[in-house]
Amino acid sequence: MKTDDLITALVADRGARPMKPRDAVMAAVAAGAAIAAILFFSILGSRPDIATAAETYRFLFKFVVTLTLALSAIALALQVLRPEVSLGRRLWLIAIAPVLLLLAAAAELVVMPSSTWMPRLIGHNMRFCLTMIPLLSIAPLAAFLWALRQGAPANPGLAGAIAGLAAGGIAATFYASHCTDDSPLFVMTWYSLAIGLVTVAGYFAGRRWLAW
Amino acid sequence: MGVAEEEWAVLMRAAMAGDEVAYRAFLTAITPSIRATARRNLSRFSLGASEAEDVVQDTLLAVHLKRQTWDQGRPIGPWISAIARNKFIDLMRRRGRNAQVPIEDVIETLAAEDNETALDNYDVQRMLDNLNEKQRAVVRSLAIDGASVRQTAERLNMTEGAIRVTLHRAVKALAAIYREQNK
Repeated sequence: MKTDDLITALVADRGARPMKPRDAVMAAVAAGAAIAAILFFSILGSRPDIATAAETYRFLFKFVVTLTLALSAIALALQVLRPEVSLGRRLWLIAIAPVLLLLAAAAELVVMPSSTWMPRLIGHNMRFCLTMIPLLSIAPLAAFLWALRQGAPANPGLAGAIAGLAAGGIAATFYASHCTDDSPLFVMTWYSLAIGLVTVAGYFAGRRWLAW
Repeated sequence: MGVAEEEWAVLMRAAMAGDEVAYRAFLTAITPSIRATARRNLSRFSLGASEAEDVVQDTLLAVHLKRQTWDQGRPIGPWISAIARNKFIDLMRRRGRNAQVPIEDVIETLAAEDNETALDNYDVQRMLDNLNEKQRAVVRSLAIDGASVRQTAERLNMTEGAIRVTLHRAVKALAAIYREQNK
């Protein structure tokens, strides 16, 4: 086919208008969070003492971290949709949540006696945490990958990893209201590991499905 | 922002609002620049200019399918350059080379190399070979014979809606050909 003929074909195809990628990402946030919420409330539900827990800094701080992570990853997802964007310095957005968490963990080490450090880090539910966060991430991750497919990311692996971070952040936000381990030491260790798994999965999924 | 870039942006905005003439003018206007950039990159890697048309067609397909990723408030030149570069890297990968391709401004090569028009009519054969029979018939009628959607519908005994759907699937299939080969 000659290039002029191809242009004629493309002009004829202009009626089939794809969805705006930004709208697709916002739809993915809504759909992914909704499915994760349904799954969460049907199999887990928030912890029974949530009213008293909500009066403690440690419990509330978990949401500060997970929501910061989710929001910064979503902000980056909206950027990587465009082929000419290289994130460069904006990638530092991703570091905000981990830095907050490290500071909180350092504060925990200062205020708590060293004999409590290990029990707080190990917690009660690490296996559960490592299972449930990835499980709750599946629907949001699929939704974000679908949305990013509507875009044209220059680096498919990176875009997939960002989708994984956003999905992990959303999943961890729900899981945090069920989990009774509130120490930043626990969150730093096990939440990070769980979200890291989702991010790695997102990276490979991105390389596979986000090339265009 | 150069004059050409401003013109391209105006045409593309009109095209996205549904203007057929503007869309054709846009695609026709960017093609020589994409071709010139592709040739220059190919010669840098000692590859023949015959491959340039593959890159050009691949780039046009991606520009078309990904047109919603252009933010209409931003310059269009870097957007086109990024797509062209991505498609050139794809070609290099198919040739088994891991190319470090500098980010080059497609606009800078604007129409400078018009003397090489001989290859413009280069026929990219693989394109139609990879479509199924129905898709090929629709693309041939619309693109090569220059028939309208209605004429094509009558000729192939299909509805106009079915023609449009088949065409869109065909365009996606054309864009996917190389991607499949890359895997």
